[in-house]
Amino acid sequence: MDSLYAFLSQPLVLSVLLGAIPLVFIIVYALVVLYMEMKVAAHIQDRLAYMRTGWHGVLQPFADMLKLLQKEDVVPVQADQFLFRVAPYVVFAGTYAAYAVLPFSSIYVGANLNLGVFFLIAVSSLVVAGILMAGWASNNKWAIFGGLRSAAQMISYEIPTALSIVVATMIAGSLNLQDVTRFQDGGIQNWIVFGGTLPLTQKLLILPFTLITFVILFVASVAEVNRTPFDLPEAESELVQGFNTEYSGMRFAMFYLAEYANLFLVSAVAVSLFLGGWSSPFGSFLSGPVWGIFWFVMKAMVFVFMQIWIRWTLPRLRVDQLLYTSWKVLTPWLFACIVAIGFILVA
Amino acid sequence: MELYTIIFYVFAVITLGAAAIVVFSRNIVRAAFALLFAFFGVAGIYVFLLADFIAVTQLLIYVGGITVLVLFGVMLTNRQVSVDIKTGTMQTLPAVILTSALAGTLIGIFWSTDWRVTAQPLASETTASALGELLLGPYVLPFEVASMVLMVALVGAAMVARREKKPS
Repeated sequence: MDSLYAFLSQPLVLSVLLGAIPLVFIIVYALVVLYMEMKVAAHIQDRLAYMRTGWHGVLQPFADMLKLLQKEDVVPVQADQFLFRVAPYVVFAGTYAAYAVLPFSSIYVGANLNLGVFFLIAVSSLVVAGILMAGWASNNKWAIFGGLRSAAQMISYEIPTALSIVVATMIAGSLNLQDVTRFQDGGIQNWIVFGGTLPLTQKLLILPFTLITFVILFVASVAEVNRTPFDLPEAESELVQGFNTEYSGMRFAMFYLAEYANLFLVSAVAVSLFLGGWSSPFGSFLSGPVWGIFWFVMKAMVFVFMQIWIRWTLPRLRVDQLLYTSWKVLTPWLFACIVAIGFILVA
Repeated sequence: MELYTIIFYVFAVITLGAAAIVVFSRNIVRAAFALLFAFFGVAGIYVFLLADFIAVTQLLIYVGGITVLVLFGVMLTNRQVSVDIKTGTMQTLPAVILTSALAGTLIGIFWSTDWRVTAQPLASETTASALGELLLGPYVLPFEVASMVLMVALVGAAMVARREKKPS
């Protein structure tokens, strides 16, 4: 037992173990959201979805996972063998690296970086590179167009996302997500979406701008994860399946896992920046490190649910509408918000 | 060996290995992807130099911006023509002169710099706030000039790309 403790308390082993916590979370969450997506989709479309595997089909995600594990890993002959094999891992690594700065609770954050959210924006760009890699290496016209569309869309929508993050950073005065969350601690009235912990007059002045910013951040993050109404990269009527057309088995599963992990990531970022992260909405009631995890995951799951809801409700945009939304609507509005909030904070 | 030493060598190997692929690969797309990993490795080295803000900016600008744009350019042109674009050797003499001048400068800087080889106490937790104060204080004029240059480049690029043909 003592030797086990000695082994576990080595810095390398300890950091690997602590660093693997979000990975365990992602895998469990992926199973939940896989089931949720199918059930929500079905009920929105007046269907029942899985009913036969277990009670209301709760075992279906496990069955799907086992099926994917057993599938043959097909690599097209004409594909770029090395890049084709590496691409899913690059995509997942980019997503997972961003989890390092997510404050799951007041006592758990993978890496307490001072540049937290800036690092998060920077490292998610590996996802774009990985998607381009997958699209090109597949040696398939649909895949390459899907990859290019994905990358173009993610790059365009990074600008509104980053600008709305700037707004929250201006109010909280820190790039560290843990500090931003701590700034909002103490109940629903302290959340940045409602003006943070500023004096009352400033808060009332700032309120409309923070609300607009939050809505824009939500729209931009739906686009960032390439989901409907922004799912042009995998418009199945035009592009088969987009950049992952040629993938099968576990490599395809990696893309799926990365997509769901990204879905949680953007929701979690919105929650930590604007909705108080792990802090309880009722002040000191039900607050604490463990309840922190509960609140953080629950708040983020509400947004995951909303993204699924939107996906099965709205039709897809055209490419020109997509770019119009980003450059001519979201970005100018955000600049206006930043200027206004800057004046209010200084005055 | 110390854990940090091992991590340093991992980043060094990533940088040098990827850079070698960039130089020696005949396939331009592979070279572009290798460039991505070379930039990534350099970002890791910046962290070891306690330049956290520069490291993250390196990731954002070089990995997320420049390499992705290079890839876009290559992908939109590479498969359009039926021949694959390959890299080759040309202009050997000017290249030798330029690269040896560059290598000489870099080696000179390398020898004359006082590197931190042992752990030293941090001056401050992050360099971001100090950099921000410098950029908006003493260096505000160069900062604004640089942003004007970028703005002009942006407008110029849009102008070149959107020039409409005059009806003849």
